[in-house]
Amino acid sequence: MVATQDMRGVREIGQPGEFPFTRGVFADGFRGRLWTMRQYSGFGTAEESNERYRFLLEQGQTGLSVALDLPTQCGLDPTDPMARPEIGKVGVSLSNLAEMESLFRDIDLSRISTSFTINGSAAVIYAMYIACADRNGVPREKLTGTIQNDILKEYVARGTWIFPTRPSMRLISDTVVFGSRVTPRFNTISIAGAHMRDAGCTAAEEIAYTLANGLAYVDELIRRGGNADQFAKRLSFFFYVHMDLFEEVAKFRAARRIWANLLKERYGVTDPKAQMFRFGVVCGGSSLVAPQPYNNVIRVTTETLAAVLGGAQSIFTCAYDEAFQIPTEFSAELALRTQQIVAYESGVARTVDPLGGSYYVEYLTDQMEDRITALMKEVEDHGGAVKAIEEGWLQLQVARRAHDRKLQIDSGERAVVGLNCFQRADQQVAPGETFHLDPRVSQRVLENLEAVRARRNATEVERTLGRLAQASAKDNENLMPYLVDCCHAYATVGEMVERLKLEWGEFREPIRL
Amino acid sequence: MNASSSTTLLRGKRILIAKPGLDGHDVGAKVIALALRDAGADVIYTGLRKSPGFIARAAVDEDVDAVGLSILSGSHNDLVAETMEALRDLNAMEIPLFVGGTIPAHDQEALRAKGVRGVFTSDMLLEDVVASIARSLS
Repeated sequence: MVATQDMRGVREIGQPGEFPFTRGVFADGFRGRLWTMRQYSGFGTAEESNERYRFLLEQGQTGLSVALDLPTQCGLDPTDPMARPEIGKVGVSLSNLAEMESLFRDIDLSRISTSFTINGSAAVIYAMYIACADRNGVPREKLTGTIQNDILKEYVARGTWIFPTRPSMRLISDTVVFGSRVTPRFNTISIAGAHMRDAGCTAAEEIAYTLANGLAYVDELIRRGGNADQFAKRLSFFFYVHMDLFEEVAKFRAARRIWANLLKERYGVTDPKAQMFRFGVVCGGSSLVAPQPYNNVIRVTTETLAAVLGGAQSIFTCAYDEAFQIPTEFSAELALRTQQIVAYESGVARTVDPLGGSYYVEYLTDQMEDRITALMKEVEDHGGAVKAIEEGWLQLQVARRAHDRKLQIDSGERAVVGLNCFQRADQQVAPGETFHLDPRVSQRVLENLEAVRARRNATEVERTLGRLAQASAKDNENLMPYLVDCCHAYATVGEMVERLKLEWGEFREPIRL
Repeated sequence: MNASSSTTLLRGKRILIAKPGLDGHDVGAKVIALALRDAGADVIYTGLRKSPGFIARAAVDEDVDAVGLSILSGSHNDLVAETMEALRDLNAMEIPLFVGGTIPAHDQEALRAKGVRGVFTSDMLLEDVVASIARSLS
């Protein structure tokens, strides 16, 4: 227990909506506007995903979150030999503008915010989204949404890197600088701790490594002449919420305070909007298990509560079967209903930061702040995030943590109901209903691509790709306008990425165990 | 089986842990690699995004006693078949193949029927996985 006298040392928490934003970035919490409900979804062909999106929007979802297949994420066309087995498997295949036009058919891009989990090829997909808006007559400044565009954590935990660290950092700067001018309501980067956490990191490490990556981006943007008071408004963050409710709440409160202080003190940022730490979350992930799969609904509910009490700006609730298959329409709907029930029935959103001032939560928030700061110092001592990643140090930390966590679960030290305690001999291990991906998906994707290649203007494709290649050789040229031109010409993701690889090479993974 | 007996069993064994295809989730692969090493094995990890041909070649060149493939993208049926074919092309079909990842129950059976020695998922105990590999290689 935290005794009353322990409260004497508790730090200044301020008011909601005011520096250092411990109590949230908005003065009125969720009273003015609820968080965005954004379910990650996408599979197979663009047409199939479009159908699922329209279903989710009809059910009251307020934003789209596009899952892309691995070839698209790795910048390979479906025709690449490495791509073939993976077409449409973990997300939708999106190799050119025609596919994106199908993906958003009958969806108004000026009204719906769209988030893309895309990193290595983020600049290309962002360019394609702009081109798609152009085609649909939607003004660019009206676009809202997010591209993840956080390559540093890809090197650490998620693995869809393409280029070496330096040109990757440049490409990210190009998108952020271009975005703050051309699509001022669109978040051009979402610095993510989620995948490192899901891989095995603790809550404090998740925040510390993410903020360390965040500093690396800010440093790079400033080095390229960016004004932090401006571009920092477009930085957003992304995390997992796991089961330890109060720890999760404390993690978010501490993160807001640390980030605001860093921007103010380290970079002299004075605009409060640029000091705000805004974030989205996933509830679920590796906290979900296959044994007794319906228990996962209860886990996601608890985590959603933590996300709301922690002040998240957008929430994605995992479907109970998400850990082992593409969610069925039933499980996807249930996941959305879970957060709607928390939002509209539980009453937790009725007041601002209801846990503010709780002895326990404030004490935990301070503790969390100290732990995060110490871990960030460790990264700094390794030469900062980029160097720690190039040398494989950060990757090794995450792998060791994952091993520790697995041993804790195996030994029962960390309880997981249905998995290491309260099991039943004949318990259910697979979901009742299974999702079946149409086996003809890859054939259809390949046929679509062939048709686009046949009808596009080959000279225009070559011209725009040639200009992209030239621009990529000049470090101070912003590549975004060139990528948008390529997309308009129906150049493919693979073709654009190939040109950039020729100039920049590919990342060489440091392997340390 | 306890950890110490698997330590004895895997001593001197060379095991290649590989990530075929484009899947970037390498935690499972690394956790298994660490566990096998703790159990005495000499572990070689390929890193991400290796083609079946590359993996088979590495298995032969490194003269390994077993290959473990880690696949979480749902592409296991294709990737396992291609890796087996690549091993066959190098006359290395006798190298035992293990698979770990997100593998639905009906596919686990099918993979075993095709000759995969063991299929492992994340809800299994690490020491059981290590012990099972050790038994299979003894």
